[in-house]
Amino acid sequence: MADNREITIKVNGKDMTTYVETRLSLGDVLREHFHLTGTHLGCEHGVCGACTVVVDGEPIRSCLMLGVQAHGKEVTTVEGLSKGEDLHPIQEAFWKNHGLQCGYCTPGFLTTLFSFLENNSDPTEREIREAISGNICRCTGYQNIVNAALDAAKVMKGS
Amino acid sequence: MGARFFGADVLRAEDRTLLKGSGQYVDDIRLEGTLHGAFLRSPHAHAIIKSIDTTKAKELDGVHAVYTYDEIEEPLNQPIKQPYPHPLIRKDILGYPLAKEEVCHVGEAIAFIVADTRHIAEDAIPLIEIEFETLEAAVRVREAALPNAPTAHKDSKDNIAAELNIKFGDIEDTFSSADHVLETSFLQHRGGCHAMEGRAILASYNSSLDELTSWSATQCPYLIRRSLAGHFQMPESRIRIISPDVGGGFGPKAGFYAEEIITAFASKKLGKPVKWIEDRQEHFVTTNTQRDSWWDLKIACDNKGRISGVRGKIITDQGAYIPWGLLLAFTSMTPLPGPYKILSMDIDQQVVFTNTVPNTPVRGAGRPNAAYAMERVIETVSRHLKIGSAEIRRRNFVEKKDFPYKTGLIHFNGTPMSYDSGDYHQLLEKALDLADFDNFFERQKQARENGQFLGIGISSCIEDTGNGPYEGVTVRVDTMGKVYVSSGAASQGQGHKTVLTQIVADQLSVNIEDIHVEIGDTSKFPQGVGTVASRVGVNIGTAAFSAANEVREKALNLAADILETDLEDLEIEDGIIRDKSRKNLTISLGEIALKLAPMSGGAVPAGHSASLESTSYQASNGMPHASGSNVCEVEVDIGTGEVKVLNYCVAHDCGKKINPMIVEGQIVGGVVHGIGNALFEEMIYDDGGQPQNTNYGEYLLPLATEMPPIKVIHQETPSPLNPLGLKGAGEGGTIPAAAAIVSAIENALTEFNVVIDRYPVTPEYLCNLIDKENQIEV
Ligand code: FES
Ligand code: FES
Repeated sequence: MADNREITIKVNGKDMTTYVETRLSLGDVLREHFHLTGTHLGCEHGVCGACTVVVDGEPIRSCLMLGVQAHGKEVTTVEGLSKGEDLHPIQEAFWKNHGLQCGYCTPGFLTTLFSFLENNSDPTEREIREAISGNICRCTGYQNIVNAALDAAKVMKGS
Repeated sequence: MGARFFGADVLRAEDRTLLKGSGQYVDDIRLEGTLHGAFLRSPHAHAIIKSIDTTKAKELDGVHAVYTYDEIEEPLNQPIKQPYPHPLIRKDILGYPLAKEEVCHVGEAIAFIVADTRHIAEDAIPLIEIEFETLEAAVRVREAALPNAPTAHKDSKDNIAAELNIKFGDIEDTFSSADHVLETSFLQHRGGCHAMEGRAILASYNSSLDELTSWSATQCPYLIRRSLAGHFQMPESRIRIISPDVGGGFGPKAGFYAEEIITAFASKKLGKPVKWIEDRQEHFVTTNTQRDSWWDLKIACDNKGRISGVRGKIITDQGAYIPWGLLLAFTSMTPLPGPYKILSMDIDQQVVFTNTVPNTPVRGAGRPNAAYAMERVIETVSRHLKIGSAEIRRRNFVEKKDFPYKTGLIHFNGTPMSYDSGDYHQLLEKALDLADFDNFFERQKQARENGQFLGIGISSCIEDTGNGPYEGVTVRVDTMGKVYVSSGAASQGQGHKTVLTQIVADQLSVNIEDIHVEIGDTSKFPQGVGTVASRVGVNIGTAAFSAANEVREKALNLAADILETDLEDLEIEDGIIRDKSRKNLTISLGEIALKLAPMSGGAVPAGHSASLESTSYQASNGMPHASGSNVCEVEVDIGTGEVKVLNYCVAHDCGKKINPMIVEGQIVGGVVHGIGNALFEEMIYDDGGQPQNTNYGEYLLPLATEMPPIKVIHQETPSPLNPLGLKGAGEGGTIPAAAAIVSAIENALTEFNVVIDRYPVTPEYLCNLIDKENQIEV
């Protein structure tokens, strides 16, 4: 009954090929087939943003996209942000600003902001809040996430 | 030894892993051969299961087993055991691991399917043929409390789970001699857990060892170990519960649930690891929430607004079962006097079953309810006597000279409720200053001239924190000088590892990098209680301090012998013990550890005890009471009923702070949770007991765009009850928040005489209130 396809996705710069059920979401494919468990599923109905990954430059909810739809595309997950031990400036800023508590929502915020800050080098606080308005965090109350994003923007602009 | 780390904003040790996406939450843990489970859950609020046929489901390719109640073997086919027994529980009703005959809320587990993948397990759900006979459901708690109401359980005669009373002072005399007797009535609804990670379990039973290991997204691994040991009738030593990285807790993840039993049972039967990951829809219908409580209070006060007595009644919706005993009921009553000196109280509470998800604590447990109730009392007096609400608070606060102050109530642990320290007057003034309260009314007037409705609200509270009995900590130094710290207290994002490291690093004068912490694994530490009720920082802080001190003393004593010097002349710096005056006379902590842990045939130096380690269960000597005063400003759109929170100021006193950055994170996150309670979060059931909003499109959580800037300022009144002067901080943001918001909305709508009698305050509710009360032209 299950319909399977072979797909190839460029994940964090590396071509990865797998044979998947067509009904699997991209989030499930990343987690179960590629063992990239940094992408978290918080609601699986497109509201919490925890599963956000960057597909061809756009932040998308990996719970709402099928794995097979990502065939031939470039995907960046949270695992692709840091370079070895070197954290990405956004990750570094989250650390310094205490922008995470339980860390479950964090990958989704990082990927959302990664894509946002690449395109908005000098955002206002309001713009940052808008940018993350599709991500839910139950722990932090958002304030330190916003502060982290403002700091990261400065660092990224300078570099 | 100076404190280098205690009190500093030490960045969290936990974070780098989490930031890189390499955290290990339960669903991230992979064991060879793992099978995946899904539940068939009741679609009805109340029904009898007439028949179940799982034949077709079992035949589906990839399905390994389908369990219903009949397949659960002795001794597991018994109701879940009450973890918090209490003589006042009249009907101690908890569900079965899988429904036996009757289902009592939508979402109750009926069958468990185990398959190669979660998808296949879910494919099998509709293949189960099941016939129900629906029963009338008890849904609205005040109706359910009436004598002839339909009952939530078919064999019950009524729905009363328990009746409680708290009382002190001469209530009759207080009321008969009062200048004024006023009333206030309101509904409180706290909403659900909504940790971003739902519940999650990976159970792995090893038959050759007869051992069960279970990874669980829980706040209380030791409660789960104990409960599973009881249900399986298995020694605790053969059960290991690991709470790995956990994506938030907030109370409902502190409970013991049927799924813990069923996954372990399935793993035992099938000889394979079994994983169950709660999906979000299940979270809404199965994870405990904190449901409605209806309050009717009478207030006795004098002409100056001094409150002498409060009496009244609470009706609490218990949902279908009572898995936390009366903890929630008690925590909504015992802190009721709050920061105020009240002479007498007499409050009844009825705890009533309904056919909804069970009611258990959410961040703050009953404390936010108690604080809200007392703040409603204050606002009622202020409104009636036309005395400013800040002034009413000042007139009623417990004074600085009164500490330790006994309220007259008894905590459910049997000890008198006693406030150890604080300065409530000063704290309020700090909050008012921070909020520029004095100039607000000018701002309000100007805004009104522009057609805007601004309001300001105050809320003051206390928080009983750090409750007992203990959390233990072991500190051990190895022969390389590395320090191992272990504790039972699992973390769900509060940074326990970091605070433990800070305290131990200071006491042992070692570097943070040399400390390795293990928490939340019952195999790493013998006994623990749980991460609830803002209790962990106080308890592990105290225990870590005492264990590390003992290790320090042990090390210094032996060093004094070896270096032939006086104890007082020794100091430790970066793990090296040296004589202060003869700096080249040194010995490292690692060398000391080696002397105390020789290999076979060796001897521990005479007069010293084995292993450079110590375990302490030292707890706070009573509950430290944190306190807070919050002031917030809102703008109300009278056309749409939308409330915008413009800013939110917190003055908070949690004694000495181990890590101010973490404390502030807890406060801000807690405030936002409280704002969610005040304005958004509501789990709605229709009259038949069907949940109406089981997704985040319909159940609203606070988002970044709606949250105001939150300013936090601290006052530091060290607790005299523990050596570090600690008080808890995990819930102090949430407890007062709803009351501040609600008062601010009322203040904004003063000219409409709006009195809010419920939260969450939804736009629709507010519009109706404005329309109803609107006697003037706008
Ligand atoms: S898991 Fe995709 S948006 Fe929540
Ligand atoms: S840090 Fe826990 S949900 Fe955001």
